[in-house]
Amino acid sequence: MLKILKGGLQTSVQDLGRTGFQKYGVIASGVMDPFAHRLANLLVGNDERFATLEISLVGPKIQFTEDTLIALCGGDLSPKMDGTAIKTWRMLVVKKDSTLTFGEPRIGARCYLAVAGGIKVEELMGSRSTYLRAGIGGFQGRSLAKGDEIHSDEMTLLQVKALNRNSETEFDWLVPPVRYFEEPIIRMIKGKQFELFNDSSKEQIFTEAFTVSGNSDRMGYRLEGPNLSLENPTELISEAVAFGSVQVPIDGNPIILMADRQTTGGYPKIGQVASVDLPLIAQLKQGQSLRFKEISLADAQQRLIEQEQHIREIKASIQLKQEEWK
Amino acid sequence: MKASFSPLGDQAIAVELGNKIDEETEKQVRKLSVLLESRQPEWLIEVIPAFITVSVFYDPCVATYAVVKTEIEELLEQLGEDLLIQSRTIEIPVCYGGEFGPDLEFVAQHNNLTPREVIDIHTSGDYSVHMIGFAPGFPFIGGMSEKIAAPRRDSPRLRIPERTVGIAGNQTGAYPIETPGGWQLIGRTPIRLFRPEDAIPSLLRAGDKIIFKEISERAYYAWEEEPNAENT
Repeated sequence: MLKILKGGLQTSVQDLGRTGFQKYGVIASGVMDPFAHRLANLLVGNDERFATLEISLVGPKIQFTEDTLIALCGGDLSPKMDGTAIKTWRMLVVKKDSTLTFGEPRIGARCYLAVAGGIKVEELMGSRSTYLRAGIGGFQGRSLAKGDEIHSDEMTLLQVKALNRNSETEFDWLVPPVRYFEEPIIRMIKGKQFELFNDSSKEQIFTEAFTVSGNSDRMGYRLEGPNLSLENPTELISEAVAFGSVQVPIDGNPIILMADRQTTGGYPKIGQVASVDLPLIAQLKQGQSLRFKEISLADAQQRLIEQEQHIREIKASIQLKQEEWK
Repeated sequence: MKASFSPLGDQAIAVELGNKIDEETEKQVRKLSVLLESRQPEWLIEVIPAFITVSVFYDPCVATYAVVKTEIEELLEQLGEDLLIQSRTIEIPVCYGGEFGPDLEFVAQHNNLTPREVIDIHTSGDYSVHMIGFAPGFPFIGGMSEKIAAPRRDSPRLRIPERTVGIAGNQTGAYPIETPGGWQLIGRTPIRLFRPEDAIPSLLRAGDKIIFKEISERAYYAWEEEPNAENT
């Protein structure tokens, strides 16, 4: 069990999100950085779809009431176990009564804590993700707070064996961490309404830097930069949006729609972030900036296919390592 | 109109089946959605129907954009006429103006009406639900009089209380949960539109007929959830 001694800024139970209910307006939810979440799960020998804790900027304080395996992937929020700095992007053996704390967010904004067996909460509409705004799903529909007791599901035999080997050194390997840049280049496909924008907007979206504003959250990243506008103001007919849709409301400041995005929207979409670059956005903090670079649909799909192959390779090499647990 | 296709990012395709909101286009939207869900192609993740579009989410590791587009084109040729469309009538009580409807004055001024006239026009419309979207159980409702149309706000509000009724362009709707949004807010209903515990978590569905009924602030607070929701 995980005893929450401090909740942190926003720590919530998330998995890969809710699918099939968007037609009822039920948002997808799920992790902001699917790549880090999946690797954290794989590192401890979990199915990548299991629930993890998504930790944002100011981390929680968590006491483990039993021996377990964990992994932290994503941003480096200065994690410490019983006061000693620990590494991200690797599996760790945790002893009963150890306490996990976090410090300054050094690189990135979100870190995923996977626990052997996965975080155990009731499924709602096929997912364990917390839908914060509706107050449903995950752990009591909210971010974790002091006093919460979070359970993990049963471990596999292999995970139990790993625990019993009890030799830290042989687990001392890690997967290549993702580099989160101070000013990342985000690849973007032109949006459905791209051609409706005026010439300067069409140019500036790919040439100027945009800054992440303070109103950014799990729903969307609001950006500030050159003012974007349509050639001729038009009221659009609402239609579906997606993770990474870049909408431009009338105030001219683009919004990148993220995990807690609405299902549909009526603002023009100037672009759509390539799926492989979504984790880079999820790791941005307020005040950081980014630049967009055009990518074709075919290339974006190719990169996504390559990323899936890459994850499969990492998974295979992790499994090979885990053979040693036997 | 011939269907047009465009990518919605690298994992979805938007199929546009008309260029304005009308009954024929809505029928096509519902038919294509139903057909896709019954066929369950291997690449299909989920379908989001809207007013004139069906957005189809797919797994690009199974099929690329071109393949998905071709298969949807084939399905479009099979859209028959034999689709049953249910129609229910749901009454939605609304307490207009005051703290519940901070933009009622704006909508009135924008249309050279009094707030009273806006309410009278809003409660006398012949409404139907075009689609559910934007927020869980959020109905986009058609049939509102152009006399009370009002543009979206320049910048969306960061918080709109749940069950608030609003206007955007020629559309009216109600926010089921607290959410950001750009609509002009005219009132609030005591009825829950989002019911996550139900198998179909939305009270309203595309095709439903709607009646807005004005209630007093006292009636609003006295309203007991459920009884009047579905018995009209």
